[in-house]
Amino acid sequence: MMIAKNPYLPAPMRIEKVTVETEDRSIKTFDLSFIRKEDEQAFRYLPGQFAQLSVFGKGEAPFGIASSPTRSGLLQFTVSRAGLLTRALHQMEQGDLVGVRGPLGSSFPLQDMESRDLLVIGGGFAFTTLRSLINYVLERENRGRFGKLTVVYGARTPGMLLYKGELEQWRQRDDLELHVTVDAADGGWKGRIGVVPNAVSDVAPAADDTYAVVCGPPAMTRYTLPVLERLRFPPERVVLSLEMKMKCGIGMCGRCNIGSSYVCRDGPVFTLAELRRLPPEY
Amino acid sequence: MRAVLLAKNQISVLLEALLQGHEVFAPVNDGGLIVFRQVDSPQQVVLGYHNSTLPPKRLFFPQTETVFCYGLEGAQLALEEPQPASGEKVLFGVRPCDARSFTLLDRVFAGGNHCDGCYLARRENYTVVGLSCTRPRATCFCSAVGGGPFSTAGSDVLVTDLGTDYFIEAVTDKGAVLVESLSGCREADEDSIRRRTEAQAAAEATLRGAISAEDMKRRLQEMWDDPLWDRLHEKCIGCGVCTYLCPTCHCFDIVDEGSEQRGRRLKIWDSCMFPLFTLHASGHNPRPTGKERWRQRLMHKFRYWTESHGEVGCVGCGRCVVNCPVNLDIRQVLNEIESLTKKVE
Repeated sequence: MMIAKNPYLPAPMRIEKVTVETEDRSIKTFDLSFIRKEDEQAFRYLPGQFAQLSVFGKGEAPFGIASSPTRSGLLQFTVSRAGLLTRALHQMEQGDLVGVRGPLGSSFPLQDMESRDLLVIGGGFAFTTLRSLINYVLERENRGRFGKLTVVYGARTPGMLLYKGELEQWRQRDDLELHVTVDAADGGWKGRIGVVPNAVSDVAPAADDTYAVVCGPPAMTRYTLPVLERLRFPPERVVLSLEMKMKCGIGMCGRCNIGSSYVCRDGPVFTLAELRRLPPEY
Repeated sequence: MRAVLLAKNQISVLLEALLQGHEVFAPVNDGGLIVFRQVDSPQQVVLGYHNSTLPPKRLFFPQTETVFCYGLEGAQLALEEPQPASGEKVLFGVRPCDARSFTLLDRVFAGGNHCDGCYLARRENYTVVGLSCTRPRATCFCSAVGGGPFSTAGSDVLVTDLGTDYFIEAVTDKGAVLVESLSGCREADEDSIRRRTEAQAAAEATLRGAISAEDMKRRLQEMWDDPLWDRLHEKCIGCGVCTYLCPTCHCFDIVDEGSEQRGRRLKIWDSCMFPLFTLHASGHNPRPTGKERWRQRLMHKFRYWTESHGEVGCVGCGRCVVNCPVNLDIRQVLNEIESLTKKVE
């Protein structure tokens, strides 16, 4: 349905909590709450979607939503300090106000994923929307609708892993198989060492009735996709989430297109089969 | 629809009457540049022009537009929206290529699941009076890309210069209301209808034939890795004038102007010809050189537009041809694509 209004107005939100995720302090998670009840009610999202986060005076930038919609009233964004806006955001504190416009883009294909096994593959700080997906699936009312859940998550070093407390909780569960790997270990690390594609090769479930969801840095994705192909995952059941420079988030400003698809509107979630039909420009 | 005739020397009277009930925007000569401005007297209006230096696109899609103002005070955030445009407006004397561009911009800003309310309000407030081209320029190619010198697309009324008279025809219901309100006109007779038809045929005869949008789309779908792209961009200096003067280019940036406490968020024209347009904060750029950017501009207009909307995103106004500082001619590029792919077949 067409909505004729100003599509650029963000909802005001309050920073409730800031969590430093990594030892180099370059990645923080921001817990946000809605100021207005009506904004909270209007913000209905699913794992995989993103939103435009406003830091007034600096502008807006798109971030995947890291929280699960099963936790109502709370939005989380895990943000790497990279440019002007994220640098300013990293200096903000509890009680400060930001703006959020969304939810935007496509979600993971949850309906089609139901009743199948899931292989979630994440690397580095692209793990955010995967974390939303995992928490969504683990929610009591949802867990029964999905099959076996296998998670492979990697970072450069143990200190660069996100959501360390949550990883520990997931490890205790018997309805999730978690494999955390690091490229280079330090003294205290007892887990797996090695890159994500190798871990996937070792632990992936049979491809027969499994969805693979891949989010990570380009190199990880490039070397993981051939592994999935060798394991006979059909491209229709390999799901990726793309990053692109965005401004409007609603398919108008013209910069995030790959061919005639706009990543903001038609993505950011695509299946490998869909991506193969698009020009290789991302 | 109704058509009437107005003696050319009565045009001032007609404009004067329009000025009574509407804000009128029309082509004016501003130091040698033809631009669309609000006018307050008929004497300012220039109708004997080929095409305006700047397209009238900015009346609906301003180069800079405030989307909201913000003010932060303690735990309070105030957001103030601009008031949507109001008042009856007439855009008078638009060439058919530019009028058609409005229908293309509508698809972008008001054609999908999301709609820019401010854009739509501006569009709805205007009655567009087109001015057919009896003498197209050498750089015009509207008929190649789905338009024509007498195309009515995007116009509510079409005016044709018949030498001694203006032939004024209603195109839409909105246009019919305007034509009905005109005084000093007489009903179009058979002779004037014949002369209008002849003028159209004469104008069309000076222009090249149509390029099939579907055909061009299919050619470009096979040309992603063609060596043509390595060569094409070499003389392009990336100035972006082609996009800034283009009546269909719709890319924009969104930026904040002001402090953390007080300021406004702006929507500002941007260009796919600039390297920063697609540069990620990480340093990665999916279109790092002129090659990818030129391919994007051409593919967007002649492949992606057709894939998404069934018609090309170019109206053939020729401004990019006339104003390119290094004479990159998009018509020659299209010809080359046609000849290249013919060879392969």
